[in-house]
Amino acid sequence: MTTVLEQPTNTTNHPAWLSARRDAGKAQFEMLPAPTARDERWRFASVGKLSIDGFAPAAAPTADTLAGLVERSNLVSDRAGQLVFADDAQAQFEGVSDELAAQGVIYLPVLDAIAQHPELMEKYFLQESTELGSEKYFGLHAGLVKAGSILFVPKGVEIEKPFVNYYWTSGKMAAVFPHTLIIAEANSNASVVDIFFSETATNQALNVSVSNIHAASGAKVFRKVVQDWNEKTVSFQLDTTVAERDTLVKNVAVNIGAERARFENQTRIEGPGADVKMYSLTVAENSQEFDQRTFQTHYAGNAVSDLLYKNALLDNARTIFSGLIKVAEGAQQTDAYQTNRNLLLDPTAEANALPGLEILANDVKCSHGATTGNVDSEELFYMMQRGIAKRDAMKLMVFGFFEEVIEKVDSDELADNLRELIRNKFESKIH
Amino acid sequence: MSDTDTEIQDEAINVDTEKGNFKYPENYEFDAGVGLTEDSVRYISNVKGEDQWILDFRLKALEIFQKKPMPTKWADKDLENIHFDEIRYYLSKGQVPARTWDEVPDDVKETFERLGIPEQERKFLAGVEAQFDSEASYSRMKEDLEKEGVIFVGSTEGLMKYPEIFKPYFGKVIPTSDNKFSALNSATFSGGSFIYVPKGVKLKQPLQAYFRINAENFGQFERTLIIADEGAEITYMEGCTAPKFETATLHSAVVELVALKGAKIQYITVQNWSSNVFNLVTKRGMADEGAEVKWIDCNIGSRLTMKYPGVVLKGKGARGEVLSIALANDGQHQDTGAKMMHLADNTTSNIISKSISIGKGRSTYRGQVHMPKHLKNCKNNTECDALLINTNSRTDTYPAITTRGENNTVQHEASVSKVSAEQIFYMMQRGLNEGEAMSLAVNGFVNELMKAFPMEYSVELKRLIDMEMEGSVG
Repeated sequence: MTTVLEQPTNTTNHPAWLSARRDAGKAQFEMLPAPTARDERWRFASVGKLSIDGFAPAAAPTADTLAGLVERSNLVSDRAGQLVFADDAQAQFEGVSDELAAQGVIYLPVLDAIAQHPELMEKYFLQESTELGSEKYFGLHAGLVKAGSILFVPKGVEIEKPFVNYYWTSGKMAAVFPHTLIIAEANSNASVVDIFFSETATNQALNVSVSNIHAASGAKVFRKVVQDWNEKTVSFQLDTTVAERDTLVKNVAVNIGAERARFENQTRIEGPGADVKMYSLTVAENSQEFDQRTFQTHYAGNAVSDLLYKNALLDNARTIFSGLIKVAEGAQQTDAYQTNRNLLLDPTAEANALPGLEILANDVKCSHGATTGNVDSEELFYMMQRGIAKRDAMKLMVFGFFEEVIEKVDSDELADNLRELIRNKFESKIH
Repeated sequence: MSDTDTEIQDEAINVDTEKGNFKYPENYEFDAGVGLTEDSVRYISNVKGEDQWILDFRLKALEIFQKKPMPTKWADKDLENIHFDEIRYYLSKGQVPARTWDEVPDDVKETFERLGIPEQERKFLAGVEAQFDSEASYSRMKEDLEKEGVIFVGSTEGLMKYPEIFKPYFGKVIPTSDNKFSALNSATFSGGSFIYVPKGVKLKQPLQAYFRINAENFGQFERTLIIADEGAEITYMEGCTAPKFETATLHSAVVELVALKGAKIQYITVQNWSSNVFNLVTKRGMADEGAEVKWIDCNIGSRLTMKYPGVVLKGKGARGEVLSIALANDGQHQDTGAKMMHLADNTTSNIISKSISIGKGRSTYRGQVHMPKHLKNCKNNTECDALLINTNSRTDTYPAITTRGENNTVQHEASVSKVSAEQIFYMMQRGLNEGEAMSLAVNGFVNELMKAFPMEYSVELKRLIDMEMEGSVG
């Protein structure tokens, strides 16, 4: 994908450390080979169809387009701040209140953060790469990232309302590199909503986004992700979480869009008492492929991690869930769970599950479960017996399947918006 | 063990040695040399007096073996320590290392004693005797089998004498190119059992590899093919709970099972290799319509075992099952699992795997469940439970499940646990010492699976687990 690299990256504010990281990223992108199916980390993925050729960072959309997209960025109305990007160009920036600013809260677009808080950025920005197979694309992201949001919450500051980031794609063959960085200092409390949307249903796009959460001891972080790219998008989401002592970190993701969506999520538990939750729901239709790789590492004992990934599949869609729980030597009294549930709604859809465990300590509670099946015929029969049409009964059951995850978003408005998105997605599909 | 006991034991063994002389010609002193080349493969084939097609099969396998990479992507790095050039691939009698009973380590002797291994068999197991005569003890059984039309012979004999029966299936369930070690076996195989059970014949007694015990049978590259014709039933047992005292470090067997329409095959393995052995085995069964293939597998010992028995569910309503117990002690890695390939409607499979890791032992479950096509009403159930005894014990689980089709259900559950302090406390309160309590808890953990083994095996297994558990606590 040389076309992308030939584009000049942003020229403003390039401290030496940043140039070095960008150059290292570019080198990593060029040096590493494209993934192959022989790599265990890409097992079952249709790597042959994973092409990023021809994509390039797009010119900024017109002011009208930007204004229109800001208008459409309305999933969460009660918020602490909002950033809207379209093709990595800033469309809206709604900063924090004076009150929060006075407490030392920083919420800024990436480039502004680099200019205004270089020390903070040097410490955290682009410091967490993926290890789950997409190192090459992380390199590309590091080389080209210019859009994104930085949230820094100082010690003890608790913010109820969420920060909302929209990342839109707009132009043809646009490549975007959104970046979300959340730094929660000790005993702080913050929540962030990341929303990935396409302006049109037709324009092809490439997304390589990175998100890093740093939760210092006692911090509470809640991140919600809504991914509804159009079905012409190739997407990589490379997320990491570092959880220190007594933290509570919750990730909830709703994945609906993209032609091919690769999702890598690494969680590192570094302090006892940490509690990390990862919930995800995915609706896969047509020939979509969702490729989810997760890694929960417990370096410290006495901590909890819980993962629940639910996928519903229609048509010829494919999903791959590959998760690994690793309990390091000495991390005793760990509780780690991993559950993957796949609901096959069409006989041509294919679900792959690779739930893994690597346990190097004996006093732990670890389990994983993976199930794949169809709608329960007995439950269906029961509902039909009571006069509910088969189609409606199936719909009810599918929504019931999702509700477990939707409930976890903890916001009625967002939950309703998500239900609406899912309903739109396959209202016509259930037969 | 007191001196007198040892004397009595020695005496018993001495008495039996002469009786053990076997019937194969002993006068040839062939040498296949060290390392694997075309010459050594030709040599093996020549010694065995094989037909040209078998030699061709071996040579093709050699070519594939040399081309195939090691499965290093996911496999234990320890595989790199196998030096193919330093291995002797065929030992004729002259090369079987001579060893006297005095050279057999004491712990092995003690194990024999405590497991209650028949005196006659101890010397063979310890590698002092190359073989012992089992013909006499089992001759009545043989007669019965012959009456029923059952064929029970060695691999070479099977291919030479009954090519019309064995050739169509030989190398078909596990193609030579399946993996590097199946290719290695295909090039160098000797020993093992070839069995054919005719239509409708249901064997009441299990057949045992023991019936045909000799040096070859316990060889490094044994090859087994069992065909159960329509409606036939057979249970086959290999291995034993006794530790196999070995100098050869690489064992790579291939076992193929063919269950035709409505047939049932149950294959039971109990293996307890010494801790220097790489045990890399390919096992797969094919189940036709309404047929059932069941693998019952118990792996103890070895340095590294890699073994994933599989069933290809080819016909409608076929059933596959793998029940597996693995015990990894200090310095050992049990990398075991199961594969279920569903290729027809209404097929069901069940995998239950229980592993125990002691000390720095590592046990791994690696499984694959595949329902790739537009199938209906298939079911799989997988349960993997791991028990970790010490703080630094290790276990891994790596399943891969692909599902597609209508009304198929797949469920996989895995859990990791340790023996709870309350359990131990409760038992110690009732007068058991900590080691005994731990043994009892571990036996309880595998008890359910133990019932699947024939009685005499489960008794020996229980003793064996007790022994492995010794010194694991405190």
